[in-house]
Amino acid sequence: MKITLTLNRKRRTVDVSPLERLLDTLRGALGLTGTKEGCGEGECGACTVLLDGKPVNSCLVPTAQCSGAAITTIEGLAPRGKLHKLQRAFLECGGAQCGICTPGMILAASALPDRPTREQIRTGLAGNLCRCTGYEKIYDAVGVALGTKK
Amino acid sequence: MMRASPFSYFAPITIGEVAKILAGEGPRALLLAGGTDLIPNMKRRTQTPAVLVSLRRVAELRGLANGRIGSAMTLSSIAESPHLSPHRALIRAAAQVATPHIRNAATLGGNLCLDTRCNYYNQNYEWRQAIDFCMKRASDGGGHPVRNEDGVCWVAPGSPRCWAVSSSDTAPALIALGATVTLVSIAGRRELPLNDLYCDDGIAYLTKPSDELLTEVVLPDATGWRSTYWKLRRREAFDFPVLSVAAAVKLASDGTVLDARLVLGAVASHPLLIAEAQELVGMPLSDDAIERLAAAAARFAKPLDNTDFALGWRKRVARAYVTGALRELRGDDPATLGLLARRATALRPLS
Amino acid sequence: MHQVGKPRRRVDGRAKVTGQTRFADDLSLPRMLHCKLLRSPHPHARIRSIDSARAQMLPGVRLILTGADTPISYGILPVSQDEHPLARDVVRFVGDPVAAVVADSEETAATAIGQILVEWEILTTIASPEQALATPEPRIHDYGDEGNVHKKVAFDFGDVDAALASADRVFEDLFFYQGNTHLPIEQHATLAALDPDGKLTVWSSTQTPHYLHRALAKTLGRPAAHIRVIATPNGGGFGGKSDPFNHEIVVALAAIRTGRPVKICLTREEVFYCHRGRHPVLMRFRTGVKNDGSLVGMELDTLLDGGAYGSYGVASTFYTGALQTVTYEIPRYRFRGCRTFTNKPPCGPKRGHGTPQPRFGQEVQLDKIACALDIDPAELRLKQLVKPQSLTANYMRVNTIGLGDCIRSVVEGSGWRERRSKLGPGRGLGLACSSYLSGAGLPIYWNDLPQTGVQLKLDRSGGVTAFCGATEIGQGSDDVLALCVAEVLGIAPFDIRVVTGDTDLTPVDLGSYSSRVTLMMGNAAIEAATRARSLIAQAMAKKLDVPAERLVFAEGRVFDAEDPSRGVSWPEAVIHGEALHGTLGTTGSYKPPLSAAKYKGGGVGPTPTYSYSASVIEVEVDPETGWLEVNKVWIAHDIGRALNPTLVRGQVEGSVYMALGEALMEEQIFRRLPPKLSGALVHKFPSLLEYKSPSALEMPPVETYLIEQPDDRGPFGAKEVGQGPLLPVMPALANAVFDAVGVRVDEVPITPEKIVRALAAKDRRYGPTEFPAIAWPEALRVAPPWEGGDGTASNDRPSRPRMARPGEAGAAPIRPEVRR
Repeated sequence: MKITLTLNRKRRTVDVSPLERLLDTLRGALGLTGTKEGCGEGECGACTVLLDGKPVNSCLVPTAQCSGAAITTIEGLAPRGKLHKLQRAFLECGGAQCGICTPGMILAASALPDRPTREQIRTGLAGNLCRCTGYEKIYDAVGVALGTKK
Repeated sequence: MMRASPFSYFAPITIGEVAKILAGEGPRALLLAGGTDLIPNMKRRTQTPAVLVSLRRVAELRGLANGRIGSAMTLSSIAESPHLSPHRALIRAAAQVATPHIRNAATLGGNLCLDTRCNYYNQNYEWRQAIDFCMKRASDGGGHPVRNEDGVCWVAPGSPRCWAVSSSDTAPALIALGATVTLVSIAGRRELPLNDLYCDDGIAYLTKPSDELLTEVVLPDATGWRSTYWKLRRREAFDFPVLSVAAAVKLASDGTVLDARLVLGAVASHPLLIAEAQELVGMPLSDDAIERLAAAAARFAKPLDNTDFALGWRKRVARAYVTGALRELRGDDPATLGLLARRATALRPLS
Repeated sequence: MHQVGKPRRRVDGRAKVTGQTRFADDLSLPRMLHCKLLRSPHPHARIRSIDSARAQMLPGVRLILTGADTPISYGILPVSQDEHPLARDVVRFVGDPVAAVVADSEETAATAIGQILVEWEILTTIASPEQALATPEPRIHDYGDEGNVHKKVAFDFGDVDAALASADRVFEDLFFYQGNTHLPIEQHATLAALDPDGKLTVWSSTQTPHYLHRALAKTLGRPAAHIRVIATPNGGGFGGKSDPFNHEIVVALAAIRTGRPVKICLTREEVFYCHRGRHPVLMRFRTGVKNDGSLVGMELDTLLDGGAYGSYGVASTFYTGALQTVTYEIPRYRFRGCRTFTNKPPCGPKRGHGTPQPRFGQEVQLDKIACALDIDPAELRLKQLVKPQSLTANYMRVNTIGLGDCIRSVVEGSGWRERRSKLGPGRGLGLACSSYLSGAGLPIYWNDLPQTGVQLKLDRSGGVTAFCGATEIGQGSDDVLALCVAEVLGIAPFDIRVVTGDTDLTPVDLGSYSSRVTLMMGNAAIEAATRARSLIAQAMAKKLDVPAERLVFAEGRVFDAEDPSRGVSWPEAVIHGEALHGTLGTTGSYKPPLSAAKYKGGGVGPTPTYSYSASVIEVEVDPETGWLEVNKVWIAHDIGRALNPTLVRGQVEGSVYMALGEALMEEQIFRRLPPKLSGALVHKFPSLLEYKSPSALEMPPVETYLIEQPDDRGPFGAKEVGQGPLLPVMPALANAVFDAVGVRVDEVPITPEKIVRALAAKDRRYGPTEFPAIAWPEALRVAPPWEGGDGTASNDRPSRPRMARPGEAGAAPIRPEVRR
């Protein structure tokens, strides 16, 4: 079935089987491998994308349910060639170690309100597992990027 | 990769269309709303529907007005809804389901009709094959679970019934709030107190037939009521409840209990409405009264080895949780409620 | 120093934050096929027959492999080459690979797997070490010390019995540390393909491309020179990607057979079956002390649950005893360890590799000793720290030891003296210490070669490329390589291109395990860069007419120290060097110093230098439900020198996080169905939902102290940091629980259920009560250094194993020209 959606601000049409996962459409037909699979069951957040501005697990979303929706992946977070403030902050603060959770983490963070408290950051990122950082530098990076008061 | 089973896929626009499709397809058909439980189940092949009916385009299911909540409302929109904030138990229940990602997609109807869960059942096909399966299995043609006649209940070998546990957060909360649900099929429309939707069995856990659609939840006026929802789990994200307590009391200005409801979640195959809560009516919420009710409730809690945490421990905490929830509703200073209470009541805001 | 010590963006960071890092599953080649494995549903069974006829007929199925196609065994250790890519006749755990399907799509391969019919003869399930000890037949393997015992070791470093007899008090304590797994967010994945010239390339998420390279050469029967292994950046390793794996060899074989690229990506559940994680270990400590708390002798027995294969297990067994002497002075020491096989996924190395378990026991026992003697636990440790540049009773050589400053930091930071035992009911502080290797002194297969090599290419463009076999698993090894070279040459780390983990392009590095990379690769990098600098300095000395010693390499220039305006830019300096010497290229390598432990088994434990850590943890415990919360962690790490403080702190915090996961909730445990009803022994919860790892909401605040006393063995004085800070956290937590509610949980994880049971118990304790009787072999008797010993055993042959001859298990790959 043909599905038209907006991907990273561009209209795209894809031909998918009804239960094809958005994760696979992104990584396969659309060639965007920045979104990762960590478990395929919605239990780690590595596959996070924004669907109409809200973080979802793309491993749980049938592409067929995305008709007319706006999807943002890590590749589309910042204008081409530039870095989003979250990406810059992750670099400065050491928020990425192995990097596998990083795209999902940054996208989840991008949906936070401005000037979040540290508690709000933790709650907003609660659906993204990281095994490397212990989360501290991720919170620091998000706080720096989004203007959390110290 | 998602293993495709052979199937048909419908994307109706009205409730009427949904009812027609469900009547025509029978138990082979499953509803796809948020998909956050269905998709993992399909990956593990505990559900292999031949027919999927997507609810995404049915706008009628997403309304919210006058205490009527469309069943396709997402859990995050419920948790963040100012309109629903007087129904505190519901807000707290919805806000604690899984993760922000899942709450952004998962629906109220999906959470209310959530399949019961068990350590031995919510596993991949090959894992279940290694234990020779159990008493619960996907039906042939693969939608709703059915009984496997050759299967053993590994939680209680020798038992004639399935002991999978009710794992919905919103169900106990809404029962404590006195909610009713509207069910629609081609035969017509009916309303049901939410508690009557559930059945004490791990396989046939809903009283409604498979062709009936839960269209909305109706909440009575919350004036005068205080409610809360306490969820026990290992981690503060991702995890299903291993015990939950939903409590609602209506207090007179002098503190006398005018009405009370108490529901335990995740300690049985259905939400456990504790009738003894009615014994609070007519007297103040004293320490003694609270203790009596907590002890009674804990007696009814029969956790089994079907979730995280040892069953004896969950039963022990049931008593502490009921006590804590009632004291919270009484208005006790949170600092006096202790460590577990602080954790249970800490609702971290997103905005 | 110019770059060392500065917090800085890591050189590979931009790719990570933009999602452009290419992990193994991100790779794709034209005409690529997909592979899926059929895994055993039985914990122990003999394969009677495999019928793949129906599967073969599915459209899109290109190849089906079984154990008949994979006759050559392999394994990470030369002494336990006990694995086959696909099971030959026996399967040994639920999840053991039996067959492989290669097909046009993942979906087809998965469907075909379901159509392969296997006939099984069920064998006895062996579920625990105790059962393994009691059940010599059937043997899970036909090798090993005896029955289902894989390995037993026993050492006496001095007359421990006499020491304990002379002690004022002897403490005997049992501890149990449950198994857990690495849980990298990246699922294992491998892609294999033949090049146009018929050579094989394998991209894999592996921490040890060199060991994988050797295993492929062996099992595929191809010259190693015709195989290229590229370690893709790992999305987390932690030791879980340091064995050569079934799936890696299978896709390589499939690529050869089909002539097409073949890829496999494991499901999360399969990652639990790969495992190679922390061994469950039962421990018995008997420790003698004087009344002033000084240790006079220690005896430690350990029992390891090895799972179904050897993996690193022999080394793990030694590790459960080797490092107990490197923190506090122990005059006499007895260690006995026993590893059994069981029908579960094999255990191997996880962050700390066999040392967190006994460190837990030792640190909790010390806390009990301190309490019994009414001595402050911090003081008890401080008064008997091992001295720098000394040998331990088991001949481990300690170089620098910053443990004293570590303890003092966390004591001061936490307000230990004022607050311990004074926080009020339900709240407490606990302290513990630990140590870890900065790289194992010996390689996995014995050889006389460097453990690591770095090659530098420099040319007239000013570009510098550093080549090293080391693998980036998130720990920052690429950044360390660039930094060390940059520091010596006086240029920016980002100006250096780093090429790593490619057996065709890079010199051998043994891999990212045992925290060896910073120290060993760093030293090799410094050597290579120093040689390059010297070549350029020669040329510049001529050019500027100054002695080479007066030249400064800094900030992208080379100039005269006495007149900084006289100098050239870095690219110009390289041009002069290239003009003088010809094409420029240098190498550096590193071999650890020889160990003093000459006895058999002494190869496990030595390291160029040990790092040290100390931690204080504050907890709150609810006595009614046992619920515990960690309020804060103070952690101090003796790191020698923090090369890039951002990365270093990240490793400390990450170690603390992983430790808290183990301490509170992580368990790789198994469900044995009632034996009368079933033989099943299955992983209790092979999913990210049910295997509990801490989410963002579980992390407490962490206060980190870096103790920098440069160590002359480390690059710019640096020691390891990737594993050490994990170790003190679990025992500090247990000790904090004791301070909070007065009970001992002598087990990991420490859970509310156990605390409640301890509170109800007469002895206020929850933990193991028995250690099985084990027929230990005769102990190797090695006199400690201060009793006239020389590092050899008085009752043993020389320890260095005879080098395996070509063709034997563990031999270096056969070079084509010597094949007959």
